[in-house]
Amino acid sequence: MSDCRRQWNREDELPVYLAGPITTGPNQRKSYGMFSSVEGAFESKTIDFDNYAVGRKGSRTPRSGSRERLLDTGDEAIGKTPGSSPARERSMGNSPGEHDDAHAGVEVRYPSGKESTDGASEKLLIKGGRVVNDDQSLYADVYIEAGVIKQVGENLVVPGGVKVIEANGRMVIPGGIDVDTCLMKSFLGTQPVDDFFQGTKAALAGGTTMIIDHVTPQPGDSLLEAFEHWQEAADKKACCDYSLHVDIPQWNETVTDELELLVQEKGVNSFQVYMAYKDLYQMSDSQLYEAFSFLKQLGAVVLVHAENGDLIAQEQRKILRMGITGPEGHPLSRPEELEAEAVFRAITLGNRVNCPVYITKVMSKSAADTIAQARRKGSVVFGEPITASLVTDGSHYWSKNWAKAAAYVTSPPLSPDPTTSDHLHTMLACGDLQVVGSAHCAYSTSQKAIGKDDFTLIPEGTNGVEERMGFVWDKAVAMGKMDENQFVAVTSTNAAKIFNLYPRKGRIAVGSDADIVIWDPDIIKTISAKVQQSASEYNIFEGLECRGGPALVLSQGRVVYEDGKLQAQQGTGRFIPCKPFSDYAYQRVKFRNQVNAKQGVTRGMYDGPVYDVVPTPKYKTPAPSAKTSPTSTQPPPIRNLHQSNFSLSGAQIDDNIPRRSGHRIVAPPGGRSNITSLG
Amino acid sequence: MAERRVNRDRAEDDLLPVYFARPGTADQLPRQKYGGLFCSVEGAFESKTIDFDALSVGQRSSRTPRTVKPETGKEEMRSPARDDRSWTGAERRGGKESAKIEIRSSCGKEVLQNLEDEKSDRLLIKGGRIVNDDQSFHADIYMEDGLIKQIGDNLIVPGGVKTIEAQGKMVIPGGIDIHTHFQMPYRGTTTVDDFAQGSKAALAGGTTMIVDHVVPEPGSSLMEAYDLWRQWADEKACCDYSLHVDVTHWNDSVKQELDNLIKEKGVNSFQVYMAYKDYYQMTNSELYEVFTFLAERGGIAQVHAENGEIIAEEQARMLQMGITGPEGHVLSRPEELEAEAVFRAITIASQTNCPLYVTRVMSKSAADIISQARKKGNVVFGEPITASLGTDGTHYWSKNWAKAASFVTSPPLSPDPTTPDYLNTLLSSGDLSVTGSAHCTFSVAQKAIGKDDFTQIPEGVNGVEERMTLIWDKAVTTGKMDENMFVAVTSTNAAKILNLYPRKGRIAVGSDADLVIWDTDSIRTITAKTHNSAAEYNVFEGMELRGAPLVVICQGKIVLEDGNLHVTSGVGRFIPCAAFPDFAYKRVKARKQLAVLRAVPRGMYDGPVSEFSMSRGGTPSASARTSPTKQPVRNLHHQSGFSLAGNPAPCGPPTPDDIPIRPAGRRIVVPPGGRSNITSLS
Repeated sequence: MSDCRRQWNREDELPVYLAGPITTGPNQRKSYGMFSSVEGAFESKTIDFDNYAVGRKGSRTPRSGSRERLLDTGDEAIGKTPGSSPARERSMGNSPGEHDDAHAGVEVRYPSGKESTDGASEKLLIKGGRVVNDDQSLYADVYIEAGVIKQVGENLVVPGGVKVIEANGRMVIPGGIDVDTCLMKSFLGTQPVDDFFQGTKAALAGGTTMIIDHVTPQPGDSLLEAFEHWQEAADKKACCDYSLHVDIPQWNETVTDELELLVQEKGVNSFQVYMAYKDLYQMSDSQLYEAFSFLKQLGAVVLVHAENGDLIAQEQRKILRMGITGPEGHPLSRPEELEAEAVFRAITLGNRVNCPVYITKVMSKSAADTIAQARRKGSVVFGEPITASLVTDGSHYWSKNWAKAAAYVTSPPLSPDPTTSDHLHTMLACGDLQVVGSAHCAYSTSQKAIGKDDFTLIPEGTNGVEERMGFVWDKAVAMGKMDENQFVAVTSTNAAKIFNLYPRKGRIAVGSDADIVIWDPDIIKTISAKVQQSASEYNIFEGLECRGGPALVLSQGRVVYEDGKLQAQQGTGRFIPCKPFSDYAYQRVKFRNQVNAKQGVTRGMYDGPVYDVVPTPKYKTPAPSAKTSPTSTQPPPIRNLHQSNFSLSGAQIDDNIPRRSGHRIVAPPGGRSNITSLG
Repeated sequence: MAERRVNRDRAEDDLLPVYFARPGTADQLPRQKYGGLFCSVEGAFESKTIDFDALSVGQRSSRTPRTVKPETGKEEMRSPARDDRSWTGAERRGGKESAKIEIRSSCGKEVLQNLEDEKSDRLLIKGGRIVNDDQSFHADIYMEDGLIKQIGDNLIVPGGVKTIEAQGKMVIPGGIDIHTHFQMPYRGTTTVDDFAQGSKAALAGGTTMIVDHVVPEPGSSLMEAYDLWRQWADEKACCDYSLHVDVTHWNDSVKQELDNLIKEKGVNSFQVYMAYKDYYQMTNSELYEVFTFLAERGGIAQVHAENGEIIAEEQARMLQMGITGPEGHVLSRPEELEAEAVFRAITIASQTNCPLYVTRVMSKSAADIISQARKKGNVVFGEPITASLGTDGTHYWSKNWAKAASFVTSPPLSPDPTTPDYLNTLLSSGDLSVTGSAHCTFSVAQKAIGKDDFTQIPEGVNGVEERMTLIWDKAVTTGKMDENMFVAVTSTNAAKILNLYPRKGRIAVGSDADLVIWDTDSIRTITAKTHNSAAEYNVFEGMELRGAPLVVICQGKIVLEDGNLHVTSGVGRFIPCAAFPDFAYKRVKARKQLAVLRAVPRGMYDGPVSEFSMSRGGTPSASARTSPTKQPVRNLHHQSGFSLAGNPAPCGPPTPDDIPIRPAGRRIVVPPGGRSNITSLS
């Protein structure tokens, strides 16, 4: 077995630097190929079970043991040459005397010894980590230059002057991508307290190295202007890379031009539509249909805020009338059924139009179940639970503390069912839900207090960008529901795939952006507003313990978070354009398009008798407001006997005898149609 | 146990003479003085619990000593009482051999009841097996004046009774077709089956009551439409009928009319449409209001569930693609849209706590949604129709335009050929509750209105005549359903939903004498040549169906016998339906009490409040958006109530420091002296 593998290694002669960004191809091989990186990875995957134990690199097997021993010689890990010691790194583990980091921390060393973290073309080597992608985990070093991953593998050949990070066998995962943040969503003129600076800082502190923010223009605003406004603000303030979703507040002709421009020139490939917020953002089913059809042509992903706005409006009125004005009115007026209903409707629309649908903020079991069922039936639909729905529940709306209750207000609301979060984690683990967002939209208590006498005025939004990765680890991976690969998938890879950023983001591979997190599964911290990065004075996860967190965060190849210290730089975030027609969403759609072409039946023309329709029958008085509709329009008065596709009224020469009920039609003499074959 | 029952029976006897028993009660019969042992209802229950032989199908056994005894005793007792009857064991045996129903009148002549002009119609069905939705038992039925007067063995009946020998055949309550459109106007024409023709077809199929839909034009008065329908039906109907009223538009005057219809006109079910955009269709808000209203008044909300908006889009798309034939109908109304609308209707109904009735369940997915909702506890009833139970939508692709067009109905038949089977299964399991026919027949010439545009094809299929037979054939003979369930889905459940039970839908003392003697073995082939509808096309053409009514008794008169139909137009009575049917509303009422929402009593929030610009709820326009960054005045007042927009005046001058809008990163500390606990966790 190892023989043939060795052979395969030798055949693979691709030099590292030529490897395309997409391939995680094998790296520079040593001539004898035995311990080459990917090879070793496979080996450890299939044979060396010790290597799989989290947080340490086992050395019980002779093979890895010998590596350990050899490694002593390679202490000056910098500037290794291809011929040098076959194994490497391993600063921890069985030879504690070698480096004295008995603690399992991450160690950053610089060749010059200075602790500088800046420098535009920083060269970095992460040594001794376990690289975890969504498909596999492998032990490998990662070499980074100029913000891009240049090499992945063992025994890398790196130039001098490289900063070395000893991962000590910890997980090295792609930086998280938070697909849903609202850092500039104004509500009645007030802005969330977390702007792009605060928000991205919090993101980085939580291991998220990219956010996708919602551009939320008001109805009537130009989408383009809003987009530019957001981009400008983000360019100035963001500390990590970002992309933008654009919300479509209303549907009309002018919007379509802007959408086209946004997709084709501005790098936006996802647009949110609302089924809630009646008389404000809400779209009717017809508009949704049109929007879906249009966005599908553009190759964009349709994000749907799924709640039945009509019913919510009714319920809100009812509940206010009952005298319930506190935050508990919020979940009471937005029961989870309404969410499930809207999700169902959105999926139905998506199926009809054959367009990928992405449900933002999956907050309830029933909505998640609806998505899972639809996926089982083959619909192209993605579900995004958010930090809040994955961790906490809606029972807090009944808190006696108004400020606390109000802090939980978001839409759709958190489900009062306390088993919801568990259920959502399970579905996330099995792939029924795909990505985790945070819907981070932090308002201060005083802003929430706008709705102190009317829950419908409470600004909606919860925090979560910082806690997102930690809690998914804590609730899903640490509980054994999810493995580390799936963890990477739901926190970054799937998001990158859906929004067409893959493999630039969401993967540790040669050519990918150096957004990397060294994840420590053992960190335990207690969430509290006192220590959070967000500017809001309230944290809805207050007091919860969370296992797992980033030990070190690299963004664009720079260390921005290390040992609890954040070194974010305002304005370093770049806008990452998203191309339309992401494979993940559109491949299936394209095939279905071809299959679903509908065809009419070719028949002889019907030439039997036709009942004479009174052009304006007395029963044909549509409702005052009614426009014409396909089901009920009366035909135009004049018709062409031969090519008449639509004109139906008017008498035929041979058909001036109105039939009466009870009258059987006999075979029309010489008629071409077969109407009477069974009559 | 038996003793106790006898005692109770006696007690009730004393109080209430039989003939005064209200139709609503399944009350006791007059007892014979000599003992009450063989009294009818008593005997019925007994045979249910003890005499298993009597329950076996098709035969009246006499293996157990107990049953033998009454038989023999009966005979002796009876013969002196009724000399006119020559019912001997021998003859009975002979009758069995011929396996035919025998009708004899007391005078010996073979004249049908409704032809001879006797004042009182007295009928005795002997030797039948009564099948109700809960049990089957052998008993005789005596009817007088259109009511069932006695049930049991050894009935004491007056002279001059016409006797029907049921020969052990099933006697079931007459079917109730809960969904028909007879004589429905459509763009200046009407359906070819008017109330006479339609109800005749119904009777021929064993259906003794129909419930028709009143379809007022949008904008017109519901009450006028109701009166119009009443007039048509009273003139022509051959069997009893009730009416649903379709609510085609919604405003305050409609509300008033609904109120009247429920309280005074005996209508308790109203259909709303989620399809037919810009015509009948209602918005979600309107649906919410209608459902709320009906829930208060005790009505049943029926819903035509299809997403009209998407249909409109799809129709436009199909026509654009050049698909104008009937296949466009089903292509533009895929079953998902039905399922979606069903889901939405259920959601709205559950929000408003209103019982929901989904008319015309045509597809698997819609049926699934209903059965899921029922599992979650929603009060929802599903009505598959004859067409969806019997045939599928592949015919839309028929090369024969007329054939394809005749299948056009909404929601369309599903092209999935396994649908009928599936729906029958759900019907058997109780997930779907009732069956209608949605009988709405148009002639081919009428259908041809849409020969160049499928959206113009008048919608409707036949089915009133085939309904019972088809269910028997598809569900009972295949072993999915037992005969009791058959009765439940063809009549009893419908009667319960409409609050007509037990007057209709049950064979019990005091119930209407609408009975069917069902022949489980007869096989016939459906064809438009022999059906009673006026339509020249039958969507079940060529199907061989087992099971058929042998004798149909409507209002105590024999209307079908030996394949001969004797109907009289105009004898049909309107049967008013009372509001708040228990079947639907018991649960709803209980939930209403539970579902009281309460506010959380809290100290008033008196912390800082951010100032904001009021643009919500009104007409938010671009201009309304104030620049988010501006530093404005803020309202520190405690009782600012709802007026949130315009009261910056009383505010203290904002000091940039102590304020609501904090620079990012700043924490709010305890507001000095504040009553609220906002800071308890910060």
